Amino acid sequence: MIFLPFAVRNLRRHWFRSLLSVIGIVVGVAAIASLGILGASLSALVGGLVSDVSDTILVTPHVAVSSGAPFDPRNILASRISDRDVALIEKAAGQNRVIPMIRTAERLTAGDTAGYVTVYALHPDDIPLLLDAEAGRYPAPASPGVMVGSLLADDLDLVVGSRIGFGNESVRVTGIAAGRGMGIDINPDYAVIVTDARYPNEDPGMVVVKVADPADIGEVKAAIESQVNRRKEKVDVLDSREVLQLYYETMDAISLFLLGIGAVSLFVASVSILNVMVISVTERTREIGLMRSIGAERREVLIMFLAEALILGVAGSIIGGISSALVGYYASAVASGLLGGFFVPEGAAAMGPAVAGYIAFGMAFGVLASLVAGLYPAWKAAGLNPIEALRYE
Amino acid sequence: MNGEPIIRFDDVTKVYPLPAGAVVALDHVSLTVEPGEFIAVMGPSGSGKSTLLNLMGCLDVPTTGRIYLSGQDISGMSDDDLTRLRREHIGFIFQQFNLIPLLSALENVEFPVILTAGREESRRRATEVLAAMHLDDALFSHKPGELSGGEQQRVAIARALANDPDLLLCDEPTGNLDTKTGTAIMDLLAAENRRGKTIVMVTHDSRIAGYARRRIQIVDGRLV
Repeated sequence: MIFLPFAVRNLRRHWFRSLLSVIGIVVGVAAIASLGILGASLSALVGGLVSDVSDTILVTPHVAVSSGAPFDPRNILASRISDRDVALIEKAAGQNRVIPMIRTAERLTAGDTAGYVTVYALHPDDIPLLLDAEAGRYPAPASPGVMVGSLLADDLDLVVGSRIGFGNESVRVTGIAAGRGMGIDINPDYAVIVTDARYPNEDPGMVVVKVADPADIGEVKAAIESQVNRRKEKVDVLDSREVLQLYYETMDAISLFLLGIGAVSLFVASVSILNVMVISVTERTREIGLMRSIGAERREVLIMFLAEALILGVAGSIIGGISSALVGYYASAVASGLLGGFFVPEGAAAMGPAVAGYIAFGMAFGVLASLVAGLYPAWKAAGLNPIEALRYE
Repeated sequence: MNGEPIIRFDDVTKVYPLPAGAVVALDHVSLTVEPGEFIAVMGPSGSGKSTLLNLMGCLDVPTTGRIYLSGQDISGMSDDDLTRLRREHIGFIFQQFNLIPLLSALENVEFPVILTAGREESRRRATEVLAAMHLDDALFSHKPGELSGGEQQRVAIARALANDPDLLLCDEPTGNLDTKTGTAIMDLLAAENRRGKTIVMVTHDSRIAGYARRRIQIVDGRLV
């Protein structure tokens, strides 16, 4: 087949033009693959965060004027769940454990560091249900001590027995809670945990229901809804599966959006190939006429031009695939850095096949896009009338 | 050739439908070209010379009438069939040489051969015909842009001869050459004719037409 080396020579004749087309494909393929990888790594990371709370129902006060959307400014309105409603929830939950908790913030001082931390106040009996003690013991009803989250302890160099300023008083750290990661219910790693005796007059800000048998989640949830929200919408009830689903839907949307951006850049790249090929066909009209008149069939002219587009596409896709592997890993690293950096191991482990998949997808898309872009000019070249093409100036 | 004429035109008319109205380029033309002939087709521009040559070269089909190439009717043939006929039976020589600029002299001659034969066979045949055109070996690897007009036309003739065609069609073969180079090229063509190659040549240079053994005059699409 003489046409393949011939196509290569034609591309080299206009090497700068060819180079620009290849760069276009490289950018497109890299965009698709690395944005796909970014999306996948985001969802893998977030998936890691929320996957450990499958037995949880979360009851939060319903804020009438708020839509509940993340960026709705109206949902800053503080609200509480009354004791009466907690009692109703307990009734609805039956045998399952109901854990009311107060979430607030206090000023914390340790050495020369000071700042506000999240505080979870729970009934002393409930604390062991949600948290494991890494060191020391759980806060007890009688003692004024507090438990601190593992990452907060690391950051402030706190150990069991350390003395910290907490609100207006000075207290001892009696225990360190084991790292748990973010959950839909509480995020204790950077928080302080105290007994609810500290806030005797406050109603809980949320109620967590631990459902013993995950199969009962739907039933318990419906029971709470019908008990508490009978007359008016007083609480929102979320189960962890819903939250997980919400996360995945969000992540899917983000991934799709990122892929869309990649696809647009590849589309632009294929238009540039189309442009280059159309110019090439026009420039070589006489040459095509000559080849046809001395015996090249339409099919052979078609193959020659398709080969040129394909060479551009394959070269661009290979370079793009390699560079997107690098860019994608960098992007994942940045993304996991943004999310705190401590979920990378699980996230990265889940990434291997997804990365390869997205790179392969990007490359296949790149080759396909260039082939499609080459189709019209090649068809146009093959369809030229040899007499008119020979006369073309 | 089994006694058949190389080319037979049987009452051929060619009409080009143009936006300004149909143009009759050939008007009921009948003629035959016998094996071994050397014919000069002469006539003013626009007389239909090029159309006649295009039809002989199977680059086009007649509007009405029939054309036979070695006894084979080409009038209803498909594009691919016509392409194969051109490749195997016809050699073209153009005024503009029309070499492929990316290919070396040798590769240009190989091009029509390689479409049907293997690489070694085409290399062998191309070298042979190029040598017969008295082209210096050292120029074989040169690109057309590095060759003189006369050298380019020698390469073009070699390319036309590479598939050993039955018919050589020349469109003003010396039109872009000076007199001395043109004479040398015509001597090569005359030599090919003496070796038995059938040649039809379009020209309006009567000195060049003197190389031919028969002249056809064409005016307004009719033979005169």
